[in-house]
Amino acid sequence: MDIFAQQLINGLVLGSIYALVALGYTMVYGILGLINFAHGDITMIGALVALTILQGLAAAGLPAPVLLVIAGGGAMIVCAALGLSIERVAYRPLRRAPRLAPLITAIGVSILLQYSAALVWGKQYIALPKLLEPSAIDIAGAQLTTLQLAIFLLACAIMAALLWFIKTSRMGRAMRATEQNPDVAGLMGVNTNSVIAFTFVLGSAIGAIAGLMIILYYGIGHYFMGFMLGLKAFTAAVLGGIGNVGGAVLGGLLLGVIESLASGYIGDLSGGVLGSNYRDIFAFLVLVLVLVLRPSGLLGQQNGDRA
Amino acid sequence: MLEVRGLEVTYGGIRAVKGIDLKVGAGEVVALIGANGAGKTTTLKALAGLLQPKAGRITYKGADVTGKPAYHLVRHGLALVPEGRGMFPRLTVAENLAMGAYIRHDAAGIAADTERVCTLFPRLAERREQLAGTLSGGEQQMLAIARAMMGRPQMLLLDEPSMGLAPLMVQKIFETVRMIAAEGVTMLLVEQNARLALETSSRAYVMESGCIVLADDAKSLLSNPQVRHAYLGE
Repeated sequence: MDIFAQQLINGLVLGSIYALVALGYTMVYGILGLINFAHGDITMIGALVALTILQGLAAAGLPAPVLLVIAGGGAMIVCAALGLSIERVAYRPLRRAPRLAPLITAIGVSILLQYSAALVWGKQYIALPKLLEPSAIDIAGAQLTTLQLAIFLLACAIMAALLWFIKTSRMGRAMRATEQNPDVAGLMGVNTNSVIAFTFVLGSAIGAIAGLMIILYYGIGHYFMGFMLGLKAFTAAVLGGIGNVGGAVLGGLLLGVIESLASGYIGDLSGGVLGSNYRDIFAFLVLVLVLVLRPSGLLGQQNGDRA
Repeated sequence: MLEVRGLEVTYGGIRAVKGIDLKVGAGEVVALIGANGAGKTTTLKALAGLLQPKAGRITYKGADVTGKPAYHLVRHGLALVPEGRGMFPRLTVAENLAMGAYIRHDAAGIAADTERVCTLFPRLAERREQLAGTLSGGEQQMLAIARAMMGRPQMLLLDEPSMGLAPLMVQKIFETVRMIAAEGVTMLLVEQNARLALETSSRAYVMESGCIVLADDAKSLLSNPQVRHAYLGE
């Protein structure tokens, strides 16, 4: 088996999930200048809600695609409502506060979500019931499972739809206008509070899908799973240029590939001292390097006040 | 059309507007002149709903609109062209115009108005797909006015349309302002170039450190020795 091709495939699939989560970070940052550290945990809630629905309906004998649509839909609704409430309760009252206040609040919300999830689902790992019969396609000596293919294609479709929506729709234009000049957007008749709330709903619903993908991919869920996922997606957003939607897509895919390739070769390179369980190092190595060498990210603006 | 009573606005902890009264009738062009820092821009921002008044009452088309947000007022035809043009720098010229028509849903009417402003400002038509941030100051001012017109306002608040522009461009902008006024749009014009403002308006208020100190016909103010000395540089 060709390690390079295999890790490239794994990396692209994982990276497409990172990219979905990174979109939530970058859209909120773009419009509010806020790093919503609770976003990874919203994704975790989405994952656990989907997991619970799948467990509950596993015995119902429904075909797997129907089950997945129900689980994904349920997770999206819960996460959208959660994102909307968090914005309304935790962030909106701090709209005019110094930037540090909402940032600390975001960390507080993140911890709140983690321990609320621990109360509801417990602290143990929760396994996904067996749903899909894995089958795989051979590509260049590597294996691509149908699940991987489905995750990657769906993620790409969501990202393309989102980019198109932001570029061409009336709401997307209002989002960009609010991001660039909120006062003047108000003068054009845009209710900027609604636009901001919509941004949270959209990011959270996409996060929910990413959560579903994660549990399908790893087959397991946990109340703390949003923490590392969130940090990596945040890294992906920074790598692409935080605030830039296309950048989040690029950053997510790149980070997934870097991480997979590096963890595939780390054993050989370190003479067996470090195993692939050290894979998480690479995301943060990337974060540090980006912050040092190119703080505005790959597609971020070089001038101005960003990141 | 617009009536203001006892308006007080604080801005950055300073009482920038200290209880002013003013009135603009339907179809009128009224100027608000005064030195830098007199409180003119703060007044306009409060009228447009960008700043919350501390005291006083703003009546627009017979309804009390004190403290109403900007997005509410613009839906009732009250638009502000802000000082410094208020571009969306990373939207194209066409997208900026589309934002001006955000409150409208009549696609055909919007398309017709887009054509109209493009005929009025051929420079904008040439630069339709260019980002607004890359336009020159004069082009941005044209875009700001064109964008406001896209919303079909009944009343336009114009803040310093001549600021930072070359004399020829100022002429062009004011020609347009007069043309919009001739179409029956009510206007309140804030301008540091007092002569230009008085020549464009029928009535004017003179503002000094947060208070209105003079109110008269524009013609009388143009010949008022006090005004001539303080604002017309004679």
